[in-house]
Amino acid sequence: MRLPCPFCGDRGIEEFSYAGDATRTRPPPGAAASDWVDYVYMRNNPAGPHSELWYHAAACRRFLKVERDTRTHAILSASAI
Amino acid sequence: MSRFSIFSVLSQAATGNTGWARQWRAPEPKPAYDALIVGGGGHGVACAYYLAKNHGLRNIAVIEKNLVGSGNVGRNTTIIRSNYLLPGNIPFYETSLKMWEGLEQDINYNAMVSQRGVLNLFHNDGQRDAAIRRGNAMRLHGIDAELLSRDEIRARHPFLDFDTARFPIMGGLLQKRGGTVRHDAVAWGYARAADSLGVDIIQNCELTGLRITNGRITGAETSRGFIAAPKIGLSVAGSSSRVAALAGLRLPIESHVLTAFVSEGIKPLINSVITFGAGHFYISQSDKGGLVFGASIDGYNSYAQRGNLPCIEDTCEEAMALMPSIGRLRMLRSWGGVMDMSMDGSPIIDRTPIDGLYLNAGWCIGGFKATPAAGLCLAHLMATEAPHPVAASYRLDRFATGRLIDESGGGADLVLH
Repeated sequence: MRLPCPFCGDRGIEEFSYAGDATRTRPPPGAAASDWVDYVYMRNNPAGPHSELWYHAAACRRFLKVERDTRTHAILSASAI
Repeated sequence: MSRFSIFSVLSQAATGNTGWARQWRAPEPKPAYDALIVGGGGHGVACAYYLAKNHGLRNIAVIEKNLVGSGNVGRNTTIIRSNYLLPGNIPFYETSLKMWEGLEQDINYNAMVSQRGVLNLFHNDGQRDAAIRRGNAMRLHGIDAELLSRDEIRARHPFLDFDTARFPIMGGLLQKRGGTVRHDAVAWGYARAADSLGVDIIQNCELTGLRITNGRITGAETSRGFIAAPKIGLSVAGSSSRVAALAGLRLPIESHVLTAFVSEGIKPLINSVITFGAGHFYISQSDKGGLVFGASIDGYNSYAQRGNLPCIEDTCEEAMALMPSIGRLRMLRSWGGVMDMSMDGSPIIDRTPIDGLYLNAGWCIGGFKATPAAGLCLAHLMATEAPHPVAASYRLDRFATGRLIDESGGGADLVLH
């Protein structure tokens, strides 16, 4: 699997580290405990297009938002955040 | 169903092995059952067997979208062990290991249970102290554990790298009762045993929906029509999130791919299961001669049943670090399985917010060894509405209450516990 980094070009995934589901939003500081449980532990975990964060640790050290199909590993898009 | 015995084997041998019959029926689904299990993997068919055997339920069925045993039960590295540390885990996995020890007699099926030992190597002082602590916890629970010195390991396994290793072997924790099992035979044996007690094993029948009325499960929509059932157990690790979503549930689970490997067959070399402590790597040798080994998950969400090359390279590097003698061995195959990675690395066997719907999920990379006890405990939960005592910690709500079971420091994301 290779990711098209908008800064460095097409690179193998061994250069990146995975930072998980990009659709989660951090609750405000005073939010209810259930909101925090939802944010920290619960996942949609779709089979199909998945919006996720990757960190280009071994090169530009930028976080990327990647759309990837979890059934085929096909990369649908990648952009900087 | 005819019983297997020395006499049945000899009589078949004398007649050219032409008289073996189907091992289980291929029934049409009935319109209604007393209980339905979704997922014909090892856990699902084991649950059906124990529902029938221990709880007397006979009007029950297992539905499986593909063939029995075509999922993770046939895609693992076949290791069994109970060398756990935490209170929530020790009794459960020891129950499972004890069940493995009597399984073949119980289900009258040769699952090739081989207690060849599981040896966890350690490579530094901290790991040694952790191994001693783990071994002591096991022995306090009546489980066998032995601490081996470097010399004792060298006498047993002279082919490991003792002289030039980057991470020298300091010692190891051995569980002699651990070992390996012929994984497919577990699914087939349980399916056959459940079938002989009247359980309908319905293959090629995919779950497409769950019918819920007033917060209670009433049945399952399937590719072969609606099946009514007041109790439904989900045992679909790898796809738990997708199936739970049919009931409107979100789970603390991500699906990840884990790759297993087998080499070409060689003469007997490794006579136990050996794990490498300076990475995450485990290896054994099958009775056919192939070395069977694996390492960690690739580390990103995947339902693809195949991993990527960097993970394969990492695994082979770990193999070479442990035993350089296999460097010229050719790889035969590698294959990926889809893992239910729970957020603390431990499983869930619990009721759900929907009455009559039960969940067996989140097995991460270690569900195979749990097969008998997972079946036992899910059956107990479905039949009695109460958790089995050895699985009482595997609650779905533990992520909200803070009662995490972070045994291995594993799970989908290592910062969450």
